[in-house]
Amino acid sequence: MASSPLSQTRFRIIFGISWVIVLADLVLMLKWFGQPWEASLIDSSISTITLVLLSLLIMNTLRFYTPRRERYVNILAWCLFLMGIWLAFSHWLLILAAGHFEGYRQFLKSSMPVRGSIGLLILGCIALISVVWFNSEEQKQTDQRKTDAEKLSKEAELFKLRQQLQPHFLFNSLNSINALISIKPDEARKMVQQLSDFLRGTMRKEENLFIRFSDELEYLKLYLEIEKVRFGYRLKPQMDIAEEALSWKIPALLVQPLMENAIKFGLYGTTGEVTILLRARVIDKHLVVAVMNPFDADMQMPEGTGFGLNSVKRRLYLLFARNDLVEINKEKNSFVVVIRIPAVEEAIEASRAATA
Amino acid sequence: MKIIIVDDEPLARSIIREYLQKYPELEIVQECSDGFEGVKAIQQHQPDLIFLDIQMPKINGFEMLELLDERPAVIFTTAFDEYAIRAFEAHAIDYLLKPFNQERFDKAIQKWRDQAGGAQKNTNELLETASQSPSQSQRVVVKTGSKIKIIPAQDIFFLEAADDYVKVHTQEGSFLKNKTMNHFEKTLDPQQFVRSHRSYIVNVQQITRIDPYEKDNHIAILKSGGRVPVSRNGYAKLRAVLGL
Repeated sequence: MASSPLSQTRFRIIFGISWVIVLADLVLMLKWFGQPWEASLIDSSISTITLVLLSLLIMNTLRFYTPRRERYVNILAWCLFLMGIWLAFSHWLLILAAGHFEGYRQFLKSSMPVRGSIGLLILGCIALISVVWFNSEEQKQTDQRKTDAEKLSKEAELFKLRQQLQPHFLFNSLNSINALISIKPDEARKMVQQLSDFLRGTMRKEENLFIRFSDELEYLKLYLEIEKVRFGYRLKPQMDIAEEALSWKIPALLVQPLMENAIKFGLYGTTGEVTILLRARVIDKHLVVAVMNPFDADMQMPEGTGFGLNSVKRRLYLLFARNDLVEINKEKNSFVVVIRIPAVEEAIEASRAATA
Repeated sequence: MKIIIVDDEPLARSIIREYLQKYPELEIVQECSDGFEGVKAIQQHQPDLIFLDIQMPKINGFEMLELLDERPAVIFTTAFDEYAIRAFEAHAIDYLLKPFNQERFDKAIQKWRDQAGGAQKNTNELLETASQSPSQSQRVVVKTGSKIKIIPAQDIFFLEAADDYVKVHTQEGSFLKNKTMNHFEKTLDPQQFVRSHRSYIVNVQQITRIDPYEKDNHIAILKSGGRVPVSRNGYAKLRAVLGL
């Protein structure tokens, strides 16, 4: 429910002052037309106070019933009706309170059309202001809901993007453990531990959490260990990380999907040994991370590649509101994905700009 | 009895080896880590049964089977492949979902023994279904002599019926594939490949010109200079796809 304009102090003061001005104006006007001070004062007070009451009535009505655009004629009818009541009621009261003044009854009678016009004008203004006010209140609420909904869906989307469990990876890892149990039970146990740590990592709930790049690297190593057990000698990961890069804050689990993509692409797109290179430097206030895998230009992309890349792109966009942070270089023998991660402050700014 | 295991993960091969220990009459003649090795080994050894993984480097298990002139009995193993599993279900073919235990493995062996010989027909139908998967409809895997070639669909100029085979024409020459025209018409992207004639399917992106030819017919001239016959019916289809 929209709040009434009268709930704001500023508006209440304006409302009060306006009525005082109307009151003073009426007194002077009546005096001008030859009424004694006393009669003028009584007349003005009664007229004004009844008008104020009717204005409050209009504002309250419109608070609960905001007419559609084409129904504004209803408001006019409503104002006319209230004006009629006001005229009759104030007339009755005025006779009662000021009827004894000489010539007042005659004056009252002849001034009725003017009173009616002034009353209608004021009530109409009040109605108009109320409609504009409540409409803008409603608009504000809709906008707020919209931003809330967007924020919610953004959070849900980020969660889903990170949550994408790779069933192929999971079941194959379990299959490897199954094989290790009988031939190398110690390694089986180690791999169960690594797989559990890895899965726990993917299930972390803090969505916009920024972690140190060195922590992400630890997590990547865990992942690589598991993949090395699965693929044996074929998988040769290499890392070339600058010292400054280690402390850079990055969104959690951003680099891992790239690694996963590179491994999948490399291992299923070529035969023989596969070297996956991860390189990180800090350049122009961005952490630049490149993931490189061998590539056979004759091959069609295997199914499912690209998902990881798209999710990384989307996450960077949602976090930094920028589309230029992912770059893909396909050459004859290598496939390189380069991402640039701005400083964490930029993400905060982006989210502030989105809510403002 | 001769067995071959085709799987790219060493430990996945190891568990099959372990489960096979209780069958001394089944001898593993070779283990292969991809489809290329698999084709070679199968042609060389003519095994009675193969264990075949689906997702493997370069060519998948189904594509490997397509390259074989004579197919052995197959027990498929897969960790997770929605499309493959749907194909297995549709053709009532037994498959092992990784990880599997000895008991489940024994069941598969028993099933193979019970229906030895009858499996071949099912496999053909299975491959037909599997080749409609999104990844496989974007390429054609062919064998030339002892080499295996993967042709991306967009590199195909046109396809031509040739007895029991289909000739795939590309920049690098033409290759034979033991499939039917109907198969390709069904699996290739219909917005790119049009059956212009009973014996021809043409890649519309390759067409530069369509000329009248003889009385009711037309002929499509390709960028490569190739000429593909267009029947009256095919002409209508081509114009519909090209929007011209």
